[in-house]
Amino acid sequence: MDKPELKPAPVFSEQELKIRQSRATAMAWVLAALVLLFFIVTIVKLGPNVLNRPL
Amino acid sequence: MMNDQAQTSTPLQQAVISPGTARDFFALLKPRVMSLVIFTALVGMLLAPVPVHPVIGFAALLAIAVGAGASGCLNMWWDSDIDQIMTRTARRPIPAGRVTREEALSFGMVLSFISVMVLGVFTNWFAAGFLAFTIFFYVVVYSMYLKRSTPQNIVIGGAAGAFPPMIGYAAVTGELNLDTFILFGIIFLWTPPHFWALALVKSDDYARVGVPMLPVVAGPDATRLQILLYTVILVPFAVLPSLLGFGGLAYGLTALITGALLLACAVRVYSMREGALANRVAMQMFGFSILYLFLLFAVLLVERLMQLNGLPFIAWPDMLSLKGML
Repeated sequence: MDKPELKPAPVFSEQELKIRQSRATAMAWVLAALVLLFFIVTIVKLGPNVLNRPL
Repeated sequence: MMNDQAQTSTPLQQAVISPGTARDFFALLKPRVMSLVIFTALVGMLLAPVPVHPVIGFAALLAIAVGAGASGCLNMWWDSDIDQIMTRTARRPIPAGRVTREEALSFGMVLSFISVMVLGVFTNWFAAGFLAFTIFFYVVVYSMYLKRSTPQNIVIGGAAGAFPPMIGYAAVTGELNLDTFILFGIIFLWTPPHFWALALVKSDDYARVGVPMLPVVAGPDATRLQILLYTVILVPFAVLPSLLGFGGLAYGLTALITGALLLACAVRVYSMREGALANRVAMQMFGFSILYLFLLFAVLLVERLMQLNGLPFIAWPDMLSLKGML
């Protein structure tokens, strides 16, 4: 079997990596905020029933 | 450093990391339009006869705002060909080369889907469907069809910007009432004179890209007349919230005073037609029209908040009221 031809790994500049990092950080914050929002809305919608579950 | 890299890497490698920052993606959402949407949707929400839980209200507003932002993003995706030619829009993220069209399309579609789903799950599916329709109307009906085919583009397309108070109300109650149609009417009638004032000054831009804005097709004088006519209809219409009882005395007086000033702006635009002064009065009209709409909704909001907190609400005099007639 032929050995697959390896492509050279892309090389990124510091600037490109910095932009990607900042975008990923922003995305992480947005996702964390969404998780928190969904959690709080669930509590608000369920009210006291949030603890009412079969054991 | 980035330039060195761009010269040595292959096109495939260059495409791996987008040069768009989080700020560029945020700019795709048209934040200024989004803030107006949040504001008007909040007023619609508070007009509801039933109180909304602050957390649910906040989440619903967020979903409506993201939906509006998504439609702005999809509008920039569709219009990127003309945006790069027009001076007003050439610095937007896509024409400036910071975000690709594909990225904008994906971003807009994902946000549209999320905003509609979130509004549906958090509030009700009528409001979510209305938000989905608004996004469709702005992107497909206005951006893809009306904008490049008729000088009435901004008149009909303006409906998209007028829906948020209705969506806000629907998010709380699951239905619509007459009050929300009045708020819709105010924004709907406000949009053409507001936008045509700007289009008068930027008509060369629109002519260059072949967008049939009214000043390009019918000429500046016909546009000035239309601005005046729409303002003449808008100013008394904007007093209706007081006459119908959901706006108080403060709102009515604000609508009358700022309406008179807006009308004065429109008369100046109509009468001053030559040179730099003509452009200046048109931009004054454009700027004041933003303040006008902001003040109307701000006073309505303050009055409603006072009412909800048990503070005195000074109603419009009964003898001038239309309550019970409609």
